[in-house]
Amino acid sequence: MNRLAIMKAVTGPVGDHPGRIFMSLLGIALGVALGVSIHLVNRAAVGEFSQAVRNVSGQADLTVQGPATGMNEAIYPYLANMPEVALASPVLEVEAKLPGRSETLRLLGVDIFRASRLLPLAIENGDGNPAAASMLDPQAVFLSASAAQWLGVRPGDNLTLQAGLAPVQLRLAGILPQESYRQRLGVMDIGAAQWRFLSLGRISRVDLRLGNGVPVDTFRRKLAASLPPGVEAIKPAAAGERAASLSRAYRVNLNVLAMVALFTGAFLVFTTQAMTVLRRRAQIALLRVLGVTRSTLSWLLLAQGAAIGAVGAALGIVLGYLVAFHGLRHFGADLGGGYFHNVAQATIAAPGSLAVFFALGICAAMLGALAPAIESARTPPAQALKPGDRERALARAGITWPGLALLVLGAALTPLPPVAGLPLFGYLSIALMLLGTVLLMPALAARSFGWLPAFRSVPLQIARAQLHGAPGRAAISMGAIVVSFSLMVAMAIMVGSFRHSVEHWLEEILPADLYLRAAQRVETAFINPETQTLIRQTPGIRQADFLRSSDLLLRPGAAPVTLIARPLMGRTISEILPLTETGAARVSGDPPPAWISEAVADLYGYRTGQRIELPIGGAQVEFTVAGIWRDYARQSGAIAIDRALYIQLTADWRADSAALWLESGISADAVTALLRERIPNGAWLDIAQPGKIRAISLEIFDRSFAVTYILEAVAVLIGLLGVSSSFGSEALARRNEFGMLRHIGMSRRQIGAMFGLEGAMISTLGALVGLLLGWLIALILILVVNRQSFHWSMELYPPWQLLFGLSASLILAASFTAVLAGRHAMSCDPVHAVREDW
Amino acid sequence: MLSIRNLGKSFLCPESREVLHDVSLEVARGEYIAIMGESGIGKSTLLNLIAGLEMPDHGSIRLDGCELVGLDDNRLTRLRRQKMGFVFQAFHLLPYLTVSQNIALPLALNDVSERDASERVSSLLASIGLAGRGGSPVRELSGGEMQRVAIARALAHRPQLILADEPTGNLDPVSASHVQALLRDQVRQGNAAGILVTHSPAAAATTDRIYVLNPEGLFPRDAA
Repeated sequence: MNRLAIMKAVTGPVGDHPGRIFMSLLGIALGVALGVSIHLVNRAAVGEFSQAVRNVSGQADLTVQGPATGMNEAIYPYLANMPEVALASPVLEVEAKLPGRSETLRLLGVDIFRASRLLPLAIENGDGNPAAASMLDPQAVFLSASAAQWLGVRPGDNLTLQAGLAPVQLRLAGILPQESYRQRLGVMDIGAAQWRFLSLGRISRVDLRLGNGVPVDTFRRKLAASLPPGVEAIKPAAAGERAASLSRAYRVNLNVLAMVALFTGAFLVFTTQAMTVLRRRAQIALLRVLGVTRSTLSWLLLAQGAAIGAVGAALGIVLGYLVAFHGLRHFGADLGGGYFHNVAQATIAAPGSLAVFFALGICAAMLGALAPAIESARTPPAQALKPGDRERALARAGITWPGLALLVLGAALTPLPPVAGLPLFGYLSIALMLLGTVLLMPALAARSFGWLPAFRSVPLQIARAQLHGAPGRAAISMGAIVVSFSLMVAMAIMVGSFRHSVEHWLEEILPADLYLRAAQRVETAFINPETQTLIRQTPGIRQADFLRSSDLLLRPGAAPVTLIARPLMGRTISEILPLTETGAARVSGDPPPAWISEAVADLYGYRTGQRIELPIGGAQVEFTVAGIWRDYARQSGAIAIDRALYIQLTADWRADSAALWLESGISADAVTALLRERIPNGAWLDIAQPGKIRAISLEIFDRSFAVTYILEAVAVLIGLLGVSSSFGSEALARRNEFGMLRHIGMSRRQIGAMFGLEGAMISTLGALVGLLLGWLIALILILVVNRQSFHWSMELYPPWQLLFGLSASLILAASFTAVLAGRHAMSCDPVHAVREDW
Repeated sequence: MLSIRNLGKSFLCPESREVLHDVSLEVARGEYIAIMGESGIGKSTLLNLIAGLEMPDHGSIRLDGCELVGLDDNRLTRLRRQKMGFVFQAFHLLPYLTVSQNIALPLALNDVSERDASERVSSLLASIGLAGRGGSPVRELSGGEMQRVAIARALAHRPQLILADEPTGNLDPVSASHVQALLRDQVRQGNAAGILVTHSPAAAATTDRIYVLNPEGLFPRDAA
């Protein structure tokens, strides 16, 4: 007999159970598809972002970078005159606000004669002639093709941008080389940019090319020692890596969710294989009697798993590629995370990565097939040929210690710190808890169903006896429910808690009646002191607090921390900032207070009462950490200090935004109209009431979690497929039992009810265990994964109504599936069901 | 008790074939008969028709005066539940029920009170030689014991007709002999009608009359 024939004898003809094979394939395909699509989208986003960073840094060896507010341009001649430096090119980077729009255009102000030696600036005028001369024109700007298309302008057209609250008129002098600049970008003369965008004397960075033979790293270390506080020397690639690292936790979380879907797919393969080998136990034993070795048997069953995995993975790769392609076109590359703005998107096929996902699909399916293969091969054939051996095989699954050990190990891993900024132990803990609970299901099922009272109704009586007496079979179905449902519950609790916490946080941080903003995170759009006075003096405004945000570089290579300067001294801080921890009262002689966000506390290890140094105004200034506050807006951290002190340190009187308290009885709409009227170009200001800001913020929140919901829904769908598959197999395995019951006088309806009740009892217990496990996983997600990934704490707020609805839906869906499976099994007449006897 | 007249049945698949031709049979209450015949001759089909699990092409089957041919599935199910008992070659006990629970299954289906059911099960356990083992899982029983439990289940609700197909086919000669005697005694004690389908002359010998099924019909062995 050749191996194919033996395999057919072991697994049965595929045509016998095409539905279950298809569901297994689908489970693996969906898991792989999710992984592939997320990988391709992330790859496109990070790849394009890094490329964009390389394009604006060109062939520089090093970049000396200041905070977003810029640095004194005096640093440029200092750097240019260093003997190791062959070429220094100063750059002013401006995120210029488009008047009346929320978007910005990134502009590079460069010295064309220096920058052209580093950057691909083979710029031509609209007439096709070299554009070096035009570049010096203070009105001239060159845009990338995508920016010109986005703004709907052509060479020669005028373009209006915003500086402060005033318009800046520019003329599109030409288009940047399309092959080098795919992102939305503009380039103009640095002097013109400083002047037009009110940044005289400031530059953002200096790109350096070093002399031949100058070791970059050695020079970088030497240079770092001589740079003013808040300024760092980095390799151009590091900027791309920094942006990628900001989104890394988000991307890893998405990938983990995709892997969860794949794991659920593997569980589906396990369900199918376990039920198949259980049903074909006698045939497999017969093959062993006829001389098929244990190893051949194991390998054949594993090979079947691998074949399912290979076909599923191939389908998944195609599906994943299509999803990525359309996802990038329609939703952009940041997958709702908001990390990659203005990045051109293209799906990049990566044969190496696709091969890894193909292998992952096969491995997952083989993993699913492993336990049934081992169990099948280990069972002595004589025992397997005895009647009732199916139950004996499943009775072995009732051992509890491995499951308990995994649960304890999972719990023990939760306090461990992140690895390279990622909550790997948190993920591992969740995986162990899932596996441990699944292993405990047979024992749990036996005990739980044993506690049920004896029923008078025959269908209920038999259903209860079946579940109590053969818990192994029930456990297979329950495993699929517990895996998918617990993850759904965990995500629902985590997202519900997060949303509730964000809502609460928004209420705390928006205590004023009206908020006004020049622009979001844009240095060149600001409220100058004169406008601040105008605002203060506007009738109906009782109090106006002005805020200034800027960046602080606390550690070379790390993402900048946001410095928020706002009136704090003499105020009740807990009414302004959502404090989670307060330090001891300040004593005379202490450095001034600073309130740090949880992210800063996590990332830099700062604690309340600690003295810290912050690079403000070109000097290291000492502060005392007076408290820690919750901030969901800035993942890389924020520090709040008093604005009066900030002005004293920096002489920066500008403000980005203002919180306004109105006189009682004054309408916010009336004040808004008045402000727009009184302030020159007041229409360009964003003015909103806190309710609107909260609504927009929550809308953004929901959009950010849309991808998560999709991934979760897929995992649940795979889980339900598993339930359906296991009920189908179970019904098939018990066809002769149903046939006998029909012989002795049970009606089809009673048998259908019996199987439906079994489905309801299994899914109810599965849902209860899923709720409990989901709650535990939610705690790990909230306290470990989220905290270590994003440095956000949140209050536990289970959405009970949603959980109740989900549980009821699951129980209904599972019961309905069971009834369908039972009906299908009974579609064959009872004579055929027991035909080995008649 | 059971009256069969001119029963005929053909199967179309895989090719048109007449399995039963003009079969007639009378079985009185308390009578235990055997049906023998070659494999594939239609013995099982005849039992299925009597049980109402298949419908004949023509003819009549009356059980206790009630015509089975033409009844709908629900009425046939009730009829099987109340008036028939089945013994299968492979026992078909439910492995997750205890011995007592397996025996009590038809009683539960017939809404017999728990107390009455318990008394009936105890009595049956004693009569099949398994007194005191009612709480055991069936997988702990030997083949012969399992078939005795199956017989007790078939008799539990005091059916008027007991249908047994090769009930000793899976048993050793000693167990088979015990089971044959038990089945015969229980049919007689219950004053039921019993039909045993078997290839075993020894099993057939325990019955009151032996019939042989051949392509021409069903005939008493002496006449065949």
